[in-house]
Amino acid sequence: MATQDLNYDVAKGFAFSALLWGTVTVLLGILIASQLVYPNLNFAPFLTFGRLRPLHINAGAIGFGIGAIFGLFYYITQRLTGQDILFPKLAKAHLWLFNVAVVLAAVSLLIGMNTTKEYAELEWPLDVVVVILWVMFAINILGMIFKRKQMHLYVSLWYIIATIIAVAVLYIINNLAIPVSWNKSYSIFAGVNDANVEWWYGHNAVGFIFTTPILAMFYYFFPKSANLPIYSHRLSIVAFWSLIFAYLWTGAHHLIYTPVPDWIQTVAMAFTIFLIAPSWGSVVNGYYTMGGNWDRMRSNYLIKFFILGITFYGLQTIQGPTQGLRTISALVHYTDWVPGHVHMGTMGWVTMTICASIYYMLPQIYKTEIYSVKLANLHFWLVLIGQLMYSVTMWITGIQQGAMWRATDQDGSLTYTFIETNLANVPFWQLRIIAGIIFLCGFLVFVYNVIMTAQKGRRLAQEVA
Amino acid sequence: MNIYKKPILFTLLATVTILSGSIAMMIYPMFLESTQPHNKLQQPYTPIELAGRDVYQAEGCNNCHTQTVRPLKAEVARYGPYSKAWEFEYDRPFLWGSKRTGPDLARVGGKYSDKWHYKHMSNPAKLKAGSNMPKYDFLADIELKPAQIEHRMKVLGFPYTKEQIEELEGMTQMDAIVAYLQKLGTAVPRPPRPKMVKEGDVNTLANDPKAIAQGKKIFELNCTGCHGIDLKGDVGADLTDVIWLGSTEDFEDWEIFEVIADGTYKGLKRRAEGGMPPFGDFMGKYKIWSLIAYIRSMEAQE
Repeated sequence: MATQDLNYDVAKGFAFSALLWGTVTVLLGILIASQLVYPNLNFAPFLTFGRLRPLHINAGAIGFGIGAIFGLFYYITQRLTGQDILFPKLAKAHLWLFNVAVVLAAVSLLIGMNTTKEYAELEWPLDVVVVILWVMFAINILGMIFKRKQMHLYVSLWYIIATIIAVAVLYIINNLAIPVSWNKSYSIFAGVNDANVEWWYGHNAVGFIFTTPILAMFYYFFPKSANLPIYSHRLSIVAFWSLIFAYLWTGAHHLIYTPVPDWIQTVAMAFTIFLIAPSWGSVVNGYYTMGGNWDRMRSNYLIKFFILGITFYGLQTIQGPTQGLRTISALVHYTDWVPGHVHMGTMGWVTMTICASIYYMLPQIYKTEIYSVKLANLHFWLVLIGQLMYSVTMWITGIQQGAMWRATDQDGSLTYTFIETNLANVPFWQLRIIAGIIFLCGFLVFVYNVIMTAQKGRRLAQEVA
Repeated sequence: MNIYKKPILFTLLATVTILSGSIAMMIYPMFLESTQPHNKLQQPYTPIELAGRDVYQAEGCNNCHTQTVRPLKAEVARYGPYSKAWEFEYDRPFLWGSKRTGPDLARVGGKYSDKWHYKHMSNPAKLKAGSNMPKYDFLADIELKPAQIEHRMKVLGFPYTKEQIEELEGMTQMDAIVAYLQKLGTAVPRPPRPKMVKEGDVNTLANDPKAIAQGKKIFELNCTGCHGIDLKGDVGADLTDVIWLGSTEDFEDWEIFEVIADGTYKGLKRRAEGGMPPFGDFMGKYKIWSLIAYIRSMEAQE
């Protein structure tokens, strides 16, 4: 392919935005983890746990997750289609509006504008902004794909297309509401239906924000980093279609033992077990791409990130279906096991893959090498230790709590009061704070390394000029 | 034909694939009777209750409290009858939650007195030693806006009277959230608790030092919030007083047992104004008798 003048400024801008919001997310995480142990750290009315937890989630999902997705997709799509960004001004406006929206979203959550639908806490005016952002994004990305110069669509583009469609459908339907003022609305769905719609959305937000876009990155940046072709095209096809088919059936596994009709729960559980297959399709595809050359994990830090990332994806997609079963759900649902599970996905799979993708992309854009491989390795080990410590402590205390909730004495009465089961969490919650701080250190090393790489790139560009 | 070279066709196929599960699992159930059952026991929210629900949402209470009791033995024992689909007819949105950092609230209505709730919201750790719930005393400083609440009642189509709106004048978000909490789960009939003692039963653990020590521990975990660490009472009655629970007569062991096991409610013979939750389900006989042994031992010291 002839060299082209592709436009990477917006990709860069989004990557740096994601770094900022990612840091904010981890800091907020440490604060709310601390509030559970030291309730005096709640500063009412704006900085209580109830208002900060949605902010932590939205900063992570929208600020860091979607920010990184926007940036990396602008890059991947240009590379894979050979097509320049169609509307560069629109893309630039997209970047600015995105950051303004994240700030407005943060303020709205802090002042108590909260729809209380999980992962969809933003009130209706911000929902409108989110939809506008998504449309701005879709116009450029789908436009580039439709007008492409490279005829064949590579796997990553399939996942990008699926992400754009699914998120639009999910977000709009779940947020349908009747506004009663500029800062408040009521869901158009009620009770059991509202719950079913919400978890259809909630689970697929995980599916189409934390899975398919990350797979798009994995399928592009991993073979690039390893300089190897993906092991099996056919496996990619099978895994893709079965994944995007099965995901939408599984939401109700979040509603096991609730008043949602039993058949919905059971069908959801069955599809959840099925979902192991397409998930592992991508895991196996990743592993076999290595062709047995595992020693390259020692010499190539990017491979290390991607392989560990896809491994956590594999573990996550085994653990998830397991805890979706009635028997396991009865024990661990509503306990700290669940944050343990979520954070293996977000701190392991998602963050590792995004960070490695940015590590690959930025030196390409700046036409330079990474500032320090040593620091990248340090980053790797710190986030790995932080994440494992987080998840393992939460799993232990989650099982403990589930067991204490159901423990009975010989006469059939409950052994523990609620507060006793909560106090038993405290040592684990304390360890989690430490885990968060270790993870934060790793993330800051990443931020520093990326900023230094960018500076190096800029210096080189000036020297050339 | 290679769909991997035809992006528009590919996009259409992906859309159909994504929609199939969505239609089967999310859209189709909307038209079923089982997802929207009606039961006249469940009444819409009154203006003050709706205002309280709005506060519950704004403060993100759902981040730590669930509102659905699962049909599991231990859960029903801890919280009460499991949740029914018809209870949520008027809930927009539903507030079932997904994490129990605090206890489930689906059956909290009527469990405690209003007074308990006001004190607890203002300073939770004072009533529940070791509680990590934030203080919500600031809610008492924020006045409700009657016109705004009336508008919301209209939009939701809930019935209300003019008086109900007028009453809101001068009331605070604290009043509203307590009213909301006191409504939760009250529509569901509670089966009568099985009798745990017979009239005239005496405490075989009385004066047993081991039981008294055990009773002290149980008291500190469950009772000090209302009855004070010195048993002198606060939200709950003074347990060292001879005019305990509004009675000048002495209470017999089995009567104390019944109060602890079944709780109190307004109008119950000889028994104060109500507001004590039942502890029978999660204490059992041995613990309750130990508790009585401890209370008696403290009485004796007076």
